Amino acid sequence: MAEYLRPETLESALDALKGAPFSVLAGGTDFYPARVDPAPGEDVLDISALADLRGIEELPDHWRLGALTTWSDIVRADLPPIFDGLKLAAREVGGVQIQNRGTLGGNLCNASPAADGVPPLLSLDASVELSSAGGSETMALGEFLHGARKTALKADQLMTALTVPKPSQARAAGHFVKLGARKYLVISIVMLAANVEIDGDGKVSSARIAAGACSEVACRLPALEATLIGSACCDDLGNAARADHLAPLAPLDDLRGSAEYRVDAALTLVRRCLDELGARA
Amino acid sequence: MSAATEFTVNGSAVAVTAPGVKRLSDVLRDDLGLTGTKIGCNAGDCGACTVLLDGEQVCACMVSLAQAAGRTVDSIEGLANGASLHKLQAAFQRHGAAQCGICTPAMLMAASDLLARVAKPNEAEVMDALGGVLCRCTGYRKIIEAVLDSAGEQIELVPDAGAAVGARLAKVDGLAKLNGGESYGADGIPEDALWLRVVRSPHAFARFTLGDLDAFVAAHPGIDRVLTAADVPDNCYAVMPGFKDQPVLAEDMVRMRGEGVVALVGERGAIDSVGDVELPISYQPLEAMLDVAAATAPDAFQLHADRPGNILAEGKVRKGDIEAGFAASAAIAEGGFETAYVEHAYIEPEAGWARRVGERMEVHASTQSPMMDRDEVADVLKLAHEDVRIVPTACGGGFGGKLDLAVQPLIAIAAWLTERPVAAVYSRPESMASTTKRHPASITARSGCDSEGRLQAVEFHADVNTGAYASWGPTVAGRVPVHAMGPYFVPHVATSGRAVLTNGPSCGAFRGFGVPQAAIAHETLLDDLAQELTIDRLQIRLTNALRPGQATGTGQVLEASAGLAPCLELLEPYWCAALEEVSAFNADAGPLRRGAGIGCMWYGIGNTGLSNPSTMRVTLDGGGKLMLYNGAVDIGQGSTTIMAQICADGLGLPVAQLEQVVGDTDLTADAGKTSASRQTFVSGKAAQLAGEDLRHRILRQANAGPDAEIELARGMLIVRDGGERHEIDLSALPTDSDGAVLEGLGTFDPPTIPLDENGQGTPYACYGFAAQIALVEVDTELGTTKVLKITAAHDVGRAINPIQVEGQVEGGIAQGLGLALMEEYVPGHNDNLHDYLIPTIGDMPEIEILVVEDAEPLGPYGAKGVGEPGLIPTAPAIFGAIRHATGVRLTRAPALPHRLRAAILEKEENGG
Repeated sequence: MAEYLRPETLESALDALKGAPFSVLAGGTDFYPARVDPAPGEDVLDISALADLRGIEELPDHWRLGALTTWSDIVRADLPPIFDGLKLAAREVGGVQIQNRGTLGGNLCNASPAADGVPPLLSLDASVELSSAGGSETMALGEFLHGARKTALKADQLMTALTVPKPSQARAAGHFVKLGARKYLVISIVMLAANVEIDGDGKVSSARIAAGACSEVACRLPALEATLIGSACCDDLGNAARADHLAPLAPLDDLRGSAEYRVDAALTLVRRCLDELGARA
Repeated sequence: MSAATEFTVNGSAVAVTAPGVKRLSDVLRDDLGLTGTKIGCNAGDCGACTVLLDGEQVCACMVSLAQAAGRTVDSIEGLANGASLHKLQAAFQRHGAAQCGICTPAMLMAASDLLARVAKPNEAEVMDALGGVLCRCTGYRKIIEAVLDSAGEQIELVPDAGAAVGARLAKVDGLAKLNGGESYGADGIPEDALWLRVVRSPHAFARFTLGDLDAFVAAHPGIDRVLTAADVPDNCYAVMPGFKDQPVLAEDMVRMRGEGVVALVGERGAIDSVGDVELPISYQPLEAMLDVAAATAPDAFQLHADRPGNILAEGKVRKGDIEAGFAASAAIAEGGFETAYVEHAYIEPEAGWARRVGERMEVHASTQSPMMDRDEVADVLKLAHEDVRIVPTACGGGFGGKLDLAVQPLIAIAAWLTERPVAAVYSRPESMASTTKRHPASITARSGCDSEGRLQAVEFHADVNTGAYASWGPTVAGRVPVHAMGPYFVPHVATSGRAVLTNGPSCGAFRGFGVPQAAIAHETLLDDLAQELTIDRLQIRLTNALRPGQATGTGQVLEASAGLAPCLELLEPYWCAALEEVSAFNADAGPLRRGAGIGCMWYGIGNTGLSNPSTMRVTLDGGGKLMLYNGAVDIGQGSTTIMAQICADGLGLPVAQLEQVVGDTDLTADAGKTSASRQTFVSGKAAQLAGEDLRHRILRQANAGPDAEIELARGMLIVRDGGERHEIDLSALPTDSDGAVLEGLGTFDPPTIPLDENGQGTPYACYGFAAQIALVEVDTELGTTKVLKITAAHDVGRAINPIQVEGQVEGGIAQGLGLALMEEYVPGHNDNLHDYLIPTIGDMPEIEILVVEDAEPLGPYGAKGVGEPGLIPTAPAIFGAIRHATGVRLTRAPALPHRLRAAILEKEENGG
């Protein structure tokens, strides 16, 4: 008989993971869709009762987002403009039913190349906190994601939180754009997320830009980021983007679009994303 | 088993003992009997299982039982909270927001979540809140209207005697679709039923051998038996006479991916916990012929012994002298066009249950064609047709897909052998992999017209990939050449269609039977001609519109009810406004370009050149119960309401007094299939005749004249004829075997003449006509298209129920939009509703519908069909609009963003 554990403390959840491996269930929005076909029972660790893992906390130099924080929690939270991109992404994850249940941690651990949360979190320079009975470690999100459905998470670990550093400038904002073939419930063809910080002279002092669904793992665009530093923040910020800035992308042909199209669309989207960000930041 | 999980459902405390991982949707349905929560995908893609968890909408299929502990769940059954209807339910009923009803509980729950947060939401808020629920019937517009009007006045329209036809009557069977009470294929399964699950081929083409199935059964407690081809008494069926070629379970060879190989029968938990790979099936894959070219290669494997060259069927129409027609043409356009497999994507996967009753078989399943199911199930079981009873459940969407057999023969065989009720419910991937699709078409066509734009000649050939088995492929091959010149008068015609067997999914009936594919071709060529001759695109259509007195390609002279010209005349001001709006918008440079397009269609109502009768019976019993025995199954389009309106007016009693028995093959006469837009026209006429027949008998009893008024009250008929009043005491009349004291019968078979070897004849008794204008906005940098507005003018003969006419057109437009922009089924790659995309609520444009009533003399009160016409002109109109916006002439559907972007870039590189 398959086991189903639903611990109420992190300690007992991590203790359970010390022994045999479990399939981890949180919001269920990836867990259940992966189990449509008949299959034998499995041991499940339901972490949804770990109340401490849900919620957003502002600390002196960073924000801490519990791994069980849902997309709807993000939408409803009172957060500064750097989170605008994450909020926009949250509103485009599935429909409201998914947003009410799906969690940030689940989105990252599921590690879909088209995960909506990844580009905005990369643009926020987020790190993930992984915990096991032996202790916790923190690593940059970019290091955590290894490939399509591949992460650094070990069998005895749970993702417990994400941390987002506070910007060094008072003026800082984020934006997100998603391209899909229909309005709701759509897997992205391409996503772009960007965050900029603006110095006292109105110039970009920091830029982080990430593209999703264009490679196994969403990736940053460092050459473009570097180009933007020192630019005046205005509504044609996107003019700086050139095709060669997209060199890190390695998209695939699939049902949703050709590789060539994804790169082409990514250039359009990154320009629009930056224009809009420049206008608002 | 763990301890009971306690939570609150619809205000009552419940305790459920089941595994913690069990989906809340399954708990609600199986453990608590609350089947109003529907299951469409089990993957969060369709939203049909939407309930409220602590007041927030969630997909119950993705919540575990354990996660519900201590929480509050609200499902559709509790929405009205003791009242007869919640205000949202009343608004849905008033606005015709439920068609098949399978998504309705979810829509209502999502809407109730919204209204709890936002008292007076706007349209964008409604779309955001309902965006997670898919509907395949309505086109969403009436759902949006209903939610926006939830606070509106609750008026119930009750037509007087003789005033039902033409009334905006709410569905007579609507309440059960709104309160969760309706019983679909998966909802009424007996608790003691065994379950059946089919193990299907992962290969498109393979030989296979079965290993030791007895050992497999012995090793798997809970599995009673494994059905194989050897268990099927006559393992060959078809949906069309003369085309039997499909096994219930494959014998030695599978010809398509998803074909059933064996079926597990046993306890539900047991059959669902065995992966397919555990079965002792050994496949030897063969090189699959996936397209027409491969299947028609000289050395191609012949898939069926009686189909040389893998040609399933051909059809053609020859009229005049095609070369003379082109010689007389001032302009000639030609082109090639490709369309994709399209999935029906009804939200209710195939489901049903069967039981053996003595030496008879009884099948309860979701279907569009009970009599066909009866005959085919009987043949497979080698029973007399009368020894099978089909009791149709409510049908959660069909669109042609449930015009084929799915679970029916399988559960019947299993129930016969086990002498237990046996149920089967397809999963979404199984439904998509194993059931029929719209035919991919490869079309070459040429059209010529004179210098005034008058069509002279149309030459057209379509090869359709019909897949592994016949299904309705012959119908498509026959219907396409009849319609391929479009709804126009053309003196010289040479059209043909050919259905080719391949190892692709079996393609069958899908709203339009190939005509939507053909319409893309003929409308694009007409736009080509208009462009070459600089004639307005609406005007060239008006010039060519078939009019009464003119002959079709098959030589049929249309005597009446050829209403394309009135449709186009009504659309003219809308067309001019759309063109002006486009040119004003496009005056500013930018990546967004608008365009307007127009598409026309015609559609023969009923079967092509074949008898397709319908018989209706209406009775009065001794207690005064008025009953219509209606064999036409309502798949959501509303035929139950339409039949009631027509029959009541034929009889002259208020529609509210009419009750119905629908679809049960033991109790109703054959009304034919719910397909080919035929029920309003054919069965409607039979219902009118039945009503009139009963009226005549009543009047005869009373010796009253034809204008007498009838009243039915308390078991008495009161007949008023001028100043005279007659009473008929129904309880005093002798009864027949089923309790009727008076009955009316009506039969109608539309007059047709089969097509001869040149495709000449009268294939249909009448035709629907329509024209639609699309206004689109294309993001030229991304290749995305947003449809802003569709203006649809439809000649329906007579709108028996305007709400339902609008509902059919809006729903058709949604499917046409999907066909044009996003729907492409790729076998093995998108057997789910997140990779296979159908329009969501946010993809639907504003829709304005103009109804033309050019009465059809043969139809009931002048009516003809509208089910399929709604869809057919939409994709051509959208393609025309994209071309207007971008200059790109599309030749492949769907116009996915990457394809449109590539075409735009190619055009720019070629100098615009």
